[in-house]
This record gives sequence, C-alpha cells and structure tokens, in this order.
Amino acid sequence: MTQDSMTNPDSRTDSQSTDLERSNQTSDPLVDSSIDTGQSGGSGGETRTVIESRDLDVFYDETQALQSVDIEIPAEKVTAIIGPSGCGKSTFLRCINRMNDLVDAARIEGALNFEGKNVYDDDVDPVVLRRKIGMVFQSPNPFPKSIYDNVAYGLNVQGIEGDYDAIVEKALRRAALWDEVKDQLDSSGLDLSGGQQQRLCIARAIAPDPDVLLMDEPASALDPVATSKIEDLIEELSEEYTVVIVTHNMQQAARISDKTAVFLTGGELAEFDNTDKIFENPESQRVEDYITGKFG
Amino acid sequence: MSERSIDVDLTRSSSGRVVKERIYKWLLFACAALTVFVTAAIIYTLATDAIAFFMTEDASVTGFFTGTEWIARSDGGTFGVWPLVTATLTITFVSALVAVPTGVAAAVYLSEYASDRMRSILKPSLEILAGIPTVVYGYLALVYLTPALQWIGIPVSTFNLLSASVMVGIMIIPMVSSLSEDAMSSVPDSLRQAGYGMGATKYEVSTGVVIPAAISGIFSSFILALSRAIGETMIVVMAAGLRPRMFNFTNPLDNLLSSGQPMTAGMVSAVTSDATGGSATYLSMFALGLTLFVITFVMNLASDYVASRYQEEYQ
Repeated sequence: MTQDSMTNPDSRTDSQSTDLERSNQTSDPLVDSSIDTGQSGGSGGETRTVIESRDLDVFYDETQALQSVDIEIPAEKVTAIIGPSGCGKSTFLRCINRMNDLVDAARIEGALNFEGKNVYDDDVDPVVLRRKIGMVFQSPNPFPKSIYDNVAYGLNVQGIEGDYDAIVEKALRRAALWDEVKDQLDSSGLDLSGGQQQRLCIARAIAPDPDVLLMDEPASALDPVATSKIEDLIEELSEEYTVVIVTHNMQQAARISDKTAVFLTGGELAEFDNTDKIFENPESQRVEDYITGKFG
Repeated sequence: MSERSIDVDLTRSSSGRVVKERIYKWLLFACAALTVFVTAAIIYTLATDAIAFFMTEDASVTGFFTGTEWIARSDGGTFGVWPLVTATLTITFVSALVAVPTGVAAAVYLSEYASDRMRSILKPSLEILAGIPTVVYGYLALVYLTPALQWIGIPVSTFNLLSASVMVGIMIIPMVSSLSEDAMSSVPDSLRQAGYGMGATKYEVSTGVVIPAAISGIFSSFILALSRAIGETMIVVMAAGLRPRMFNFTNPLDNLLSSGQPMTAGMVSAVTSDATGGSATYLSMFALGLTLFVITFVMNLASDYVASRYQEEYQ
C-alpha cells in the first residue's frame, strides 16, 4: 500500500479507490489492469466500456426481474435506460452499485463488471464500490442536515481530505445550485424546493468525485422547469462522468442521452444502441411499438 | 320518476336511534373526562395536604426548600428536602448513564442490524423486561447486585445508591430502546439509501443518518424514561435504604457507595412510620409528592417541547 501511494502521490484516495477489494492487495491482475484503464480513460477511445453485464439475471424471491442482460456502458457518455413499468430498469441500475444487496429477497446471477472487475465477486466490498459510483434517487432525499453537511457527507464518510469549503462550493456550482444557496449553507437541506433538493442530492453525489453517476428517474418528482434544469445539468456532467439514467420519459431519454437501452416487460434487454438509432430506426418491432406508444 | 320518489322516506323512523347515539356520546365523554377529573383531584389533595404540612410547627416553606437535613420522627422533626432531592437526582443521573447508551445501542441494533428473525426474538424479550414488577428488580439489586459489586471490589454498603441506580437504569432500558426504535424505524428508507449510496457503512448510516434524523424521538424517550426513574419507588426503597443523607459534594463518588433516601422512599417511610395522621411527618409525604409531581410534569413538558422543536418534516 505504501509503495502504491508513493507511485501515485497525487491520487488522493488511491489506496481505496483504485480497487474494490476489502483488502488493499494490488497483486490481482484484474484489479491492476483496472487501475490503468481507470486513469487513462479520459483520453481513451470513445468506446471504452466502464460497466458491462454478462448474462445478468436478477430474481426477487421467485420472480425474475432481469433476464440474461448483456450490456456495455461507455465512459463519459449518458446512457439512458427506458422501458415500461416493472421492466427491471431500476433493478438493473441498482445492480451496478449493489444497492440490491439491501433487499434481502434479491438474488443475482451472472456478471456485472465495473472497470473489468465483477462487482459480485466475493472479495468486492460494496462500500468501496459505492464510493466510486454516485447515485441520485427518484425523489429528492437530502439528509435532515444543513446544505453544507449534505454535500460534505460523502467526503466525511469516505475520509477524503482536503479543503471541504472548496469541494462543497465546486460540487454546488457543478450542480447549478451555488448561486441559489451560497448565503444559506447552514440552513437545512429540507427547506429547499423539490427541484433544489434534487440538485442538492446531485451535488452530494458528485462531491466525492465518483467515476460514474447513476440516476434513478431523477426528475420524475419535479415540475417541468426543475426538470429542464436537471436535464441541462446531466448534459454538462456527462463531460466528466459516466452517467446512467433510468427514465420513464422517452422524450427525456431522446434529449439527453447518447446511448439508449430499452428494457421490456419481463426484465429483458430488447435493444441497446445509439439513441438516434433507437428512436429513429429501431431494429426490433417491439421496441418500435414501445417507442411509438403502441404499448407500455 | 315521480312514483319512485314516493318510496324514498328520509324521516327518522324512530327516535330511539338518536337517543342511543346521545348516550354513546356521553358515555365516551365521561370516560375521557374521568382522567381529567382524577388528575385535578390528585393535584387538589396534594396541594391542600402540602399546605397543611407547611402550616405545622416543625415545617416551613423556606425550611423545606432550602434545608439540608431531613429527620422525620413520629413526633415531628426537621424537614429540609435537599437530601432527598439530591438522592433522587443521583439515582436518575446514574440510571441514565446505564440506560441511555444501552437503550440507544439496542434500538440501533433492532432497527438497523437485526434480521427479522432476531428481531422477533429480541423485541418480546425486551417487552418481558419491561413487564417485570419493579419489586423484583429491587430484590435483585439487594440480594444479587450489591453482593456482586462488593465481590468485584467496590466497597458499597448493604444499602447503597449505586446498586439501586444501576437497577433503575436496567429497568428503564426497554423504555428507551423501544421508543427510540420506533423513532428510528419511522426514518424514511430513502435516507438510508442515500447514505449507502454515498458509500457509507451500516454503522455510518446508523450513527450519521438514522440517529440524527430520529433525534427528537430519541430525546423524548430519554425524558420519559428519566421521569420513570425519578418516580421509581420499590427498587430504591429496597436497595438504597431509608436513611436520608445529604449529598456529599466534597466526595461525589462516596454518595454512590453509601445508602441514601430519594424522595419516593421518603414518602414510603412517612406513610409506613408510626406518625399519626395530621402530624408533620405524615403530611410531609404530600409536600414530597407535590414536588415530585412538579419535577416529572416539567420533564414531560420538556419532552413535548423537544419533540416539537427537533421534529423534521419529511415530504
């Protein structure tokens, strides 16, 4: 570990963020290679894959929520996941950062690789994984703490060192909330409007500088004005982050995403392609029917 | 249409139903009013008999509220309330030291960590603990806890405040844990998810998210439990002794090792003494009762205030 941090002196959370294992072994070739791809990713090819699933099945008790899903999610793009209610789109999202672990009845089979490492391997610590993958939820869920403490929460639990004031300000600026709250950082996050709360949650998610941002219908509880702010924000964030967004709003997916995955009832990935292709000329008749509103 | 409207009869078919409805209403009101009446009656008797106490030769209001000596003989005595109040506060404080951390930790375990199976075993056990008559706790304190403390080398006397305090603390653990757990369980799951999503561990979510979000309910549980501790009688009568002793400020720990008489025990000894009705010693019971009532009443008000002050609104 010491040697590792010496070779990467400027990587502040290197020892915990470059691999997902409980122990900080760096001998695993899989994990080592993920360090390399992780750090050269910005300049890499357009198609560098951050997250891929292989034959991923999810069951809730006996009900199958996902059926052998194969998907490759590219870095620093917005990937939208759309589909009718109950098609497993949120389930897939929650597989990526292992939030399904919190559901006792959930059972996962197959592989979900993050930077080449299967996150369901025994040696993966979900806590470490979630530190690399931020999440924004369906309805705004700020902590009953001050705005500042909300944004600093991840920094605290992840033991990140640095100038918290600066990091908090930067996160709030990137979430397009700074100008509205800069004079009331000590007031409760719950005092904000719904749209502001959701942007606060985005600031909270990006403050610890994760690699990926998962968004589970982040605008579904918001009015149109707040929604359009969030959409603008997502486009900006995709310059730095890999964004995976679940949405039930097809126009939204068409507006903001580069890639679109269409899940259909039964948890099956019907089609995954560039967003233009999906909305203009989908391969599958069922996807076309869904896109054109013939069902779903 | 017109024929059909004839069939509809909206007049009262009988006045019996209306009368019955009135009777129900008054019966229900009477039950609700009974509690108010009993409370008022209690305050009235406490107040009148306390006034009677202050009118006796041996007692005075200033002597009662400033005196540091309590000697209650059947033929009179000295009635300064502070030895009893300090013993009560000592027991309350030490029992809080026992019950608050244990109760909150148990609540966190039940609310955040325990599996459904474990919860289904632990919750009824805590309810059993809450249902044990306090006289049993008193007996356990006197017969087992005090000798155990002596055995591990703590020089407590046969009757002592430490043993009584620890046992009172154990008695109120279920109250702290069950009320705190209710408060923690009502924290929305979305907040926990937010915490886990940020890469927090279960412990960090419990202490950094759930407890702060439930803090008003947790504080209320403390205050209600401490009200119980203040009013607890059987344990202290059996384990703390009946000898009033002024708090020794020069050596605070010494107070725990020796016997003492809290307010409730003072009332018990007044009512069980040879003092006749109308004597100062007998009437002192009511002055003590009124003081105790005021203290617990203020604590309950504080509990309500804290609960409303720190109540967070979710959605």
